[in-house]
Amino acid sequence: MNSVDSIPAKNSLLSSQAESERTLYPYVTGTSVIGIKYNDGILLVADMGGSYGSTLRYKSVERLKPVGKHSLIGGGGEISDFQEILRKLDELILYDNMWDDGNSLGPKEVHSYLSRVMYNRRNKFDPFWNSLVLGGMKKGQKYLGTVNMIGVHYEDNHVATGFGNHLAQPILRDEWHENLSFEDGVKLLEKCMRVLLYRDRSAINKLQIAKITEEGITISQPYALKTFWNFSAFQNPTLGAEGSW
Amino acid sequence: MSSIGTGYDLSVTTFSPDGRVFQVEYAAKAVDNSGTVIGIKCKDGVVMGVEKLIASKMMLPGSNRRIHSVHRHAGMAVAGLAADGRQIVARAKAEATNYESTYGEPIPVKELTERVASYVHLCTLYWWLRPFGCGVILGGYDRDGPQLYMIEPSGISYRYFGAAIGKGKQAAKTEIEKLKLSEMTCREGVIEIAKIIYKIHDEAKDKAFELEMSWVCDDSKRQHVKVPEDLLEEAKAVAKAALEEMDAD
Repeated sequence: MNSVDSIPAKNSLLSSQAESERTLYPYVTGTSVIGIKYNDGILLVADMGGSYGSTLRYKSVERLKPVGKHSLIGGGGEISDFQEILRKLDELILYDNMWDDGNSLGPKEVHSYLSRVMYNRRNKFDPFWNSLVLGGMKKGQKYLGTVNMIGVHYEDNHVATGFGNHLAQPILRDEWHENLSFEDGVKLLEKCMRVLLYRDRSAINKLQIAKITEEGITISQPYALKTFWNFSAFQNPTLGAEGSW
Repeated sequence: MSSIGTGYDLSVTTFSPDGRVFQVEYAAKAVDNSGTVIGIKCKDGVVMGVEKLIASKMMLPGSNRRIHSVHRHAGMAVAGLAADGRQIVARAKAEATNYESTYGEPIPVKELTERVASYVHLCTLYWWLRPFGCGVILGGYDRDGPQLYMIEPSGISYRYFGAAIGKGKQAAKTEIEKLKLSEMTCREGVIEIAKIIYKIHDEAKDKAFELEMSWVCDDSKRQHVKVPEDLLEEAKAVAKAALEEMDAD
């Protein structure tokens, strides 16, 4: 703000590019997204909260979306940036479809595209403020990967963004295996989401699970998890935590 | 210099003394030399068909497509210079995506036509530009239902029930007039267009051709796509049979 005082009179609307500001922090954000491979495909889960800072402002934000025929995307972070990314993906898929040549972009290509877009925006110092999970299935090949706001991208058998990276990944490392059935996959994800619900203050108890298999994409209706708040650790959380009040 | 057009024909920015712009008329001639392109509006959608003349036998079947999608719900078929046509298609795609990103809904076919026609017309207004040597038939499906338009090199555009451009346009138009378009489904329309194109094509005089067809209709979920392979093959078979029957008479 001091810069306004120190710079001699100059219309701010006409000021140069160098003085313009970028997205310096996110406004409405979604929290963790988790994705796993299971025996017939990929499962993604995310809750439907949209936080305005620490206020839980929106409670039915759809953060899992289909991308073309073979991919699913889950987005955490700035919701408006996520919507912009969805717009770009929609255009990508449209231009791909217009070739009408029988080929279509698979999850691998979409993930690559996303990682280019994210890294490119980071290099403009104007990042899309998101962590994305991309799951998909094409020609029998399962695919699961992530990209974040600085363009770091990788594939894995189970991925999680945000708080999920700290709280869900350890569970997944212990319990995930190649031949999870759909039911067991859902159970595992719900276990992760329950832990996040208990310990991530911006997680809410309204979530969706999406699945992609050879047959196609289905995104579940929103639902809530059963919770149990009577653990003694919850009743007096500071007990035994020295130095807290 | 040719005998016709005694001057006044080198620039699009000069009228002839009797008020014509010869360059634009020559552009229309380039379209008239092209393989025939037909579009019809049926009760449940729009069907477009092209008699695509094959320049060389060594070319892969399906090369040099003349029908292009412009958006999910619209497509255009090009008669005349194929490369000019691609330029128009690129513009149409850009207009369609731009409209959708501004207004959040697919561009109405009428609006798309007007924008593309303005672009085509623009190229007849400056001495440093050459008019497009192609005419396009534009078909689409929006909330007002299926619509068919044709844009000429002059930039003029009209809405049609049935339209034809290219070498066989006269013969094609008389054939289209015989059809009961308001009672016809696109499935029937595909077969009729195939019949017309096979009938018009002069086996002895013309080069070999490939039939290229697309539609936007309820069957294709209001999306502009190529006519399904099996239906196209059926249409070709019916057209060839009809042709033989005619020859036998």
